[in-house]
Amino acid sequence: MPATIDDDAAPFLPGPPTSWNPAIRVLVFLTCLVPLLLLVNAVATNSMGPDPAEHLMHVTGEWVMRFLVLVLLATPLARYGWPRLARYRRMLGLYVWFYATLHLLVFAQVYIGWSGEQLVEELADRPYVLVGFVAWLILVPLGITSARVIRKKMGKYWRQLHKLTYVVAILGWLHLLWLSRSDVGDAVFYGIIFGLLLGYRVVGSLRSGLR
Amino acid sequence: MSKDDWKSVPQIASSEITPESVWLNRRNLMKAAAAGAGMTAVGETIAQPKALKDLAFKTPAENTSFKATEDLTPYEAATTYNNFYEFGTDKSDPARYADAMTTDPWEITVGGLVNKPGKLHLEDILSGFDLEERIYRFRCVEAWSMVVPWIGFPLSKLLDRFEPKAEGKFIEFKTLYRRSEMRGTRSFTSIIDWPYREGLRMDEAMHPLTLMTVGLYGKTLPNQSGAPLRLIVPWKYGFKNIKSIVEINVTDRQPKTSWQDLAPQEYGFYANVNPEVSHPRWSQAWERRLPSSLFNPNRLRTQMFNGYADQVADLYQGMDLARYY
Repeated sequence: MPATIDDDAAPFLPGPPTSWNPAIRVLVFLTCLVPLLLLVNAVATNSMGPDPAEHLMHVTGEWVMRFLVLVLLATPLARYGWPRLARYRRMLGLYVWFYATLHLLVFAQVYIGWSGEQLVEELADRPYVLVGFVAWLILVPLGITSARVIRKKMGKYWRQLHKLTYVVAILGWLHLLWLSRSDVGDAVFYGIIFGLLLGYRVVGSLRSGLR
Repeated sequence: MSKDDWKSVPQIASSEITPESVWLNRRNLMKAAAAGAGMTAVGETIAQPKALKDLAFKTPAENTSFKATEDLTPYEAATTYNNFYEFGTDKSDPARYADAMTTDPWEITVGGLVNKPGKLHLEDILSGFDLEERIYRFRCVEAWSMVVPWIGFPLSKLLDRFEPKAEGKFIEFKTLYRRSEMRGTRSFTSIIDWPYREGLRMDEAMHPLTLMTVGLYGKTLPNQSGAPLRLIVPWKYGFKNIKSIVEINVTDRQPKTSWQDLAPQEYGFYANVNPEVSHPRWSQAWERRLPSSLFNPNRLRTQMFNGYADQVADLYQGMDLARYY
């Protein structure tokens, strides 16, 4: 049975966080910013075609899903042969929040024109909007409590709270599924990945519960 | 792509509009550059967009519903941002992949409840009818819209030739379904039951606004826009405007249509543009008039029947439009 990963200080990590290679850390951080830079460039050069609204919503949404996959993959990968990955869960998780917030801001700007009245209509009439919005709301406390100080204070409750990441993934997947119109390819793809990752976690916790 | 390419264009005569050849040359130059960079072997063929033909047509009268007064959506935008799921679900897929479709020869079968069933060929379509230009607003159910100078002839003129019988109450249309040339129909996660089907009630089909369309911007339709023949019904959502038609049938009952078949709670048979009937995916109260941008989304309030209420509202008198959406 592999060791349990509780947090950054999991037993298989060789030393305290200060020993991390800062160059690699910066590199990962910047790599995760590349999608944003590409979008900023596309906006600046107006190279997204006649309807940037749809393109921006699509691309920011896709990156939320990809970072969700990465953050959920980090734990099992860390356990089976790539322990250093566990150190990047926090950063990847914050990027989920970051791209989800961009997604929401684009929605506010191009779809509802910052109208509260229209936001209410969207939430009431369109379940996929509601589900996406709830997922973003859940990301807020997850993002805030990822600060190390808060995390320490929370103790064991931190882990319980951050299991909500799976709820975010399920809501994000529902959002995507409801948006699928005639081709369910993306929804099937993420459904399988999230299903496997969630299944892995459920089986793991059942096993440790039996011990 | 320069910034100016997406600006709306004020209305000018089609003859003054940048000739197709300029646009085609630009595309070919880009392709040549791409080919050079990739060291393409000599003799390797690059899929060429077919040459579009100039059309002779009558221009629309001023101050009529045949001529919307808003700025036109640029040709580039109208022909690179399309829904034509036979070639993929991304808006840029049709412009990228529709050239694979053979449109010459082309045959349209007209049958069902008509006295003279028969066939139309490409030549009949392009030269057999008096062509006229119609500048219409085009409103997609996805909440974006364009203003396009179409060229065609009233559907009523086509139907008259085949003499619909009195018991004919509806028209059914079908799009070409040719898997070898339509990559979107080969997607195994696609849940559309091909071929794409649409329909109209007889009075809608005979309405003077309803246009059998063969061109836009003075030329024949490029494939991504539904070459060689498509429907344009300006007071309905875009998906009613079936493309690349190969079959027309007059029927006595309401035909099955593709989107209604797929999601009846979302897409009705009528699909009239109606800001008051909400949709589970998109607000229908507003639209983005393309070209739009991040900082100037160009959002407009959607008009009842897409602004054609004076012409078509009486077709639906007494009908509950929230029920028959």
